[in-house]
Amino acid sequence: MSATRDPSRLWTGIASVVAVVGLWIVGSRTGFIDRQVFPSPPEFLAAARQLLIGEGYAEGRIHEHILQSVKLILMGFFAATAVGVPLGLWMGWSRRAEALINPIFLLIRPIPALAWIPLAIVWLGLDDAAKVMILWFAAFVPSVINSYTGVRGIETPIIEASRMLGVRGWSLVKDVIVPGALPSIFTGLRLSLQGCLTALVAAELLGALLGMGKVLYQAGLDIYPAMILAGMVAVALVGFGLTAVLDFVERRSMPWRRSH
Amino acid sequence: MGDKLKRAELMWLSLAGLLIFFGVWTFAAWVELAPRKFLPLPSQVVERGIELLTQPFSGQTLQGHLAVSIERYLSGFLLAAAVGVPLGLLMGWYRWLDNVITPLFDSLRFIAPIAWVPFAALWFGTGIGGPMMIIFAGAFAPCLINAYRGARFVDPKYIEAAQVYGASGPRIVYEVLLPASLPSIIAGLRISAGAGWQSLIGAELIAANSGVGLMMVRAQGALDTSIVMVGMVAVGVFGMLVDVALRGIEKRVQRKRGH
Repeated sequence: MSATRDPSRLWTGIASVVAVVGLWIVGSRTGFIDRQVFPSPPEFLAAARQLLIGEGYAEGRIHEHILQSVKLILMGFFAATAVGVPLGLWMGWSRRAEALINPIFLLIRPIPALAWIPLAIVWLGLDDAAKVMILWFAAFVPSVINSYTGVRGIETPIIEASRMLGVRGWSLVKDVIVPGALPSIFTGLRLSLQGCLTALVAAELLGALLGMGKVLYQAGLDIYPAMILAGMVAVALVGFGLTAVLDFVERRSMPWRRSH
Repeated sequence: MGDKLKRAELMWLSLAGLLIFFGVWTFAAWVELAPRKFLPLPSQVVERGIELLTQPFSGQTLQGHLAVSIERYLSGFLLAAAVGVPLGLLMGWYRWLDNVITPLFDSLRFIAPIAWVPFAALWFGTGIGGPMMIIFAGAFAPCLINAYRGARFVDPKYIEAAQVYGASGPRIVYEVLLPASLPSIIAGLRISAGAGWQSLIGAELIAANSGVGLMMVRAQGALDTSIVMVGMVAVGVFGMLVDVALRGIEKRVQRKRGH
């Protein structure tokens, strides 16, 4: 799984991907893969072209769908982590805050983000607001938990030493607690982002005017396998892209972990 | 960190937290911040839940819907574990298998499990097959990754010892790697269990002919917020029970190893 710089590994990897694509081509040519349930490569390319540069699908072209989805993901992600990370840090720092907030948190935590969808729709309809609410819960829980564990994981001598050196108040938070908890915070942000993507696709599958989930929903309704596949590729690419951005930010914010 | 709290203070603060939560909710519902239909009192949700035990909603009682969901969940989760864990262990031992599977796995990794719903419905229908596939899509990756990591980080001296005694590849996987990576595997199962359960609820909301998810989506259509909330509680409680059970197993395994 780790990206080693082993050339034989690279070649077997390429070979296995090529083999799967080859099987796909041969399988659809010979009719071994039923086109009713899985598209042939030309059908997939045609659907991709339609989505990319053609007349579009499900009321929009791919960039419109992706922009809509990414916009909602970012809104939900930032709204949730802006509350979740500080709350988690505070709960990790103060036993009193933990005792007060933890019971409420324990009530919310076991409810999967997707289970908020019907309530969000009843309350806010099929607008963007409902989706942001769902994404908020998807991203909130992991960001709280991991920021909390991050603070708890800081070794006590480090905090005692900083105190002894007269580091106090805001500067203790900024220079000791946040950097100490940062690796764990980023683990949480990564989970939050994944949760947002999943929750958004689900919410859009249940009702949306635009977005990648809408493409999947419409393609499922029209029984258009090539478009289902094209929609899934779009979901994967957006997931990959957003994760890459987060990886970049993570490396930038923790230069002391360069070797990692 | 702050000093350890006294027991009394801890209990008092925890109680205050719960009171704030239910207090704000009750108050908001009581002054009808939103119409009762949209924001029921906590007591109304409880009443509705009890009612649902005897009166069916959209074809079944609450426990009937739950039973369908749990059956799907267990079959999908067990399938994911039965494929993912052995595959992960084998990949941890056989380099060529790792090299072949990893790129395929990596290219599928970024597809949100729920995005498989249209294909799942097309291929396996909306009965047990389609939702099972979505659970599988959600639960498979953590099973595989953790088994693989567990197998890769086994102390080499155990493997060397087994090799000295002439153990074959399959025996090493089964008798050395499997027991040695058990803690990692169980941690993976815990993640899988949560992901699979959430995926199932999503699948049932979107495309299923029964289950708790369907009950919730029908209640949403009927603007019956109490039933939606009953569904959320049921989903949360079951998910928590599974997690508690797996955590119990995890602790036992760790204790046996003297951790």
